[in-house]
Amino acid sequence: MKHVNAVVVGAGAGGGIVAKQLAEAGFSVVLLERGKWLTAYDCRKDDLRNQRTTVLGNGTGPDDERHPRVVVEADGQERILRASEPGYHNNAACVGGGTLTYGAMAWRFMEQDFRMRSTYGCPEGSTLEDWPISYQDLEPYYEKAEYEIGVSGDVGPDPFHAPRRKPLPMPPLSPPTREHEILKPAARRLGLHPFDIPMLRNSVPYNGRPACMRCRWCVGFVCEVNAKNGTQNTVIPKALATGACQLRTECVVKEIQTDSRGRATGVAYFDARDRLQVQTADLVVVCCGAIESARLLLNSKSRLFPNGIGNRYDWVGRNLQGHSYCGAVGLFEQITYDDIGPGASLAICDFNHGNSGLRGGAMLANEFIRLPYQFIGRMPPEVPRWGKAHKDFMRQWYRRSIMVQGPVQEMPVFDARVQADPKVKDYWGIPVARLSGGKHPHTLEICRHIADKAEAWLKEAGAIRTWKRVPGPGLSGGQHQAGTCRMGNDPKSSVVNRYCRVHDVENVYVVDASVHVTNGGFNPVLTIMAIAYWASAHMVKEWSGRRGRI
Amino acid sequence: MSQTFKPPRRRFLAAASGAAVAPLVGCGRAGPWRCFTPDEAETVIALSEQIIPADQDPGAREAGVIHYIDRHLAGHFRRFQPVYRRGLAELDRLSRRRFGRRFAQLNFDQQTRLLEGLSGELKAFFNLVIDHTMQGFYGDPRHGGNRDAVSWRMLGVPLVPVRGRQHYDLTGEPAQGGNS
Repeated sequence: MKHVNAVVVGAGAGGGIVAKQLAEAGFSVVLLERGKWLTAYDCRKDDLRNQRTTVLGNGTGPDDERHPRVVVEADGQERILRASEPGYHNNAACVGGGTLTYGAMAWRFMEQDFRMRSTYGCPEGSTLEDWPISYQDLEPYYEKAEYEIGVSGDVGPDPFHAPRRKPLPMPPLSPPTREHEILKPAARRLGLHPFDIPMLRNSVPYNGRPACMRCRWCVGFVCEVNAKNGTQNTVIPKALATGACQLRTECVVKEIQTDSRGRATGVAYFDARDRLQVQTADLVVVCCGAIESARLLLNSKSRLFPNGIGNRYDWVGRNLQGHSYCGAVGLFEQITYDDIGPGASLAICDFNHGNSGLRGGAMLANEFIRLPYQFIGRMPPEVPRWGKAHKDFMRQWYRRSIMVQGPVQEMPVFDARVQADPKVKDYWGIPVARLSGGKHPHTLEICRHIADKAEAWLKEAGAIRTWKRVPGPGLSGGQHQAGTCRMGNDPKSSVVNRYCRVHDVENVYVVDASVHVTNGGFNPVLTIMAIAYWASAHMVKEWSGRRGRI
Repeated sequence: MSQTFKPPRRRFLAAASGAAVAPLVGCGRAGPWRCFTPDEAETVIALSEQIIPADQDPGAREAGVIHYIDRHLAGHFRRFQPVYRRGLAELDRLSRRRFGRRFAQLNFDQQTRLLEGLSGELKAFFNLVIDHTMQGFYGDPRHGGNRDAVSWRMLGVPLVPVRGRQHYDLTGEPAQGGNS
């Protein structure tokens, strides 16, 4: 197989951008993706089989048969999980990765989110740390993501947003929904600062694609009119259009291969017909998501790297985190449901920082439209699980409820981790990811506080009954999985440097949320994208003159 | 010991190629159901109706939740076939011991009382049936249950939006929007 300048593993938020940036800079690129290139037609709006509700399987992969994981419960019990089972911490396996079906909130982290340790101090039992880069380093790249991928919204009324040079390229979706009209004045009465959520969704025609049609099948689904902006309909087509990038789907990477000098020579992977292939490259860029990226590094063992690439000091796979979602649900006398998607539209950042005695916090927003089956999981605790009372509740309240929630920034825990399982292998014989650990108690304290705030907002909005939702102490990861290949200046306490390059291998990069030191009180995708542009810029600068010579 | 996952499809194909006439996907049951005997089906219908009873709106029986369960036990829920078989038999055993009749032959209130008192493995089985019934009743009709979108009509969810392309295979007439 022809040698290339870069092999990028994973065509999600990070990998799609890296592939395009490198291809445009004249690098020859192979982009490997374990999933398929799915379209809205392949994933019809299936309420029981999508990215969010998986009772009949994962809508955008991976499949249940070939991709098991092992999860170690708090009591030490091990379970082998199918990819669609709760606790698997799935993101997606398809071209575009999670960006094909996400809710598409497009948050910039705040300045403090990059220096959590120096702002708050580290709680006992946590590995809370500052990032080696600042918000200012990423600002131009956030802007690049907002304009190239496409973001609508209006963060102007949010006094807490970090300094920015340009406004968002598209206005918010209009008209506002009923929930929006109920929640906005209530937030103002409480002295809070509500505003239109920035979202990677066209509110007006943009980049040659139409505006959102406001349907209810949004989060978890592929957009039927292609108004939701992911890497699959922006940067990946651009990468392919250069002629320098080849996308190979249904390719499962087994390991990164290294030579006797400790440099990567390429990757070994199983192609769509399960044949083992080797793709040699000057650069290997790992963009598989925090769980699979860690697994790939850990599975890449050799004489020089007996514990896997980047793992000399046992930091690969550590600090797995996602977000501790918490909030409240309120019931209203009037009908709140108007069937206008995507649902989530209004946010406040009043509680991301400055919560007395607490480290960080979360953005709060109204939730995406709950489809009927999803509402079952949003019931108050006193409603019986079955029988007439359950049915009565559904009938009376389904269209009279509002849910407000937010992603609490977690205190990283060293023992919340990904390992390569010593026994269980996937369909191709590759050791699977083994997940263990849980949340830091301080994270749960923050959750209780944020849930109180969500409940107070709903009450002010006129909710006649409210209840809070706080997560349990178990492992966090899922769609917002992050942290497992920490970025840092010290090779002894991190995996990659400030440009996402693995400390001990000069031509291997990790470019996804794995490198996040902390994960912000926000959905992480725009930060993943910004870092992908940032790391790509470095790769282009660093490697343009050296390609083919190592 | 190393455990390697192989796709069941291969096993299925291997098995199917050996059999001259293999039943469509299913559990090899004769009769109208893929996975249930007529008695078992009767019990599942009674269970689902307990979980979502008819009142001014149709319940699980009328919504055809059994069709959802039966269809997916032959597919994605294959692994639950033995759980259902054992659970249904156990439930009838308990019912006979308490009331001298099969579960499906009890009156509605007797059934409710029996279900409220479940414990252990039988309770876990009932919880599984609750999940499947909720999916079959509130899920999209294309999955086999929610006949004529009865639950969506009850909730007042517009059935087929008039915008966008329509790739749905809702059976029956598209209804008017909800009762708003």
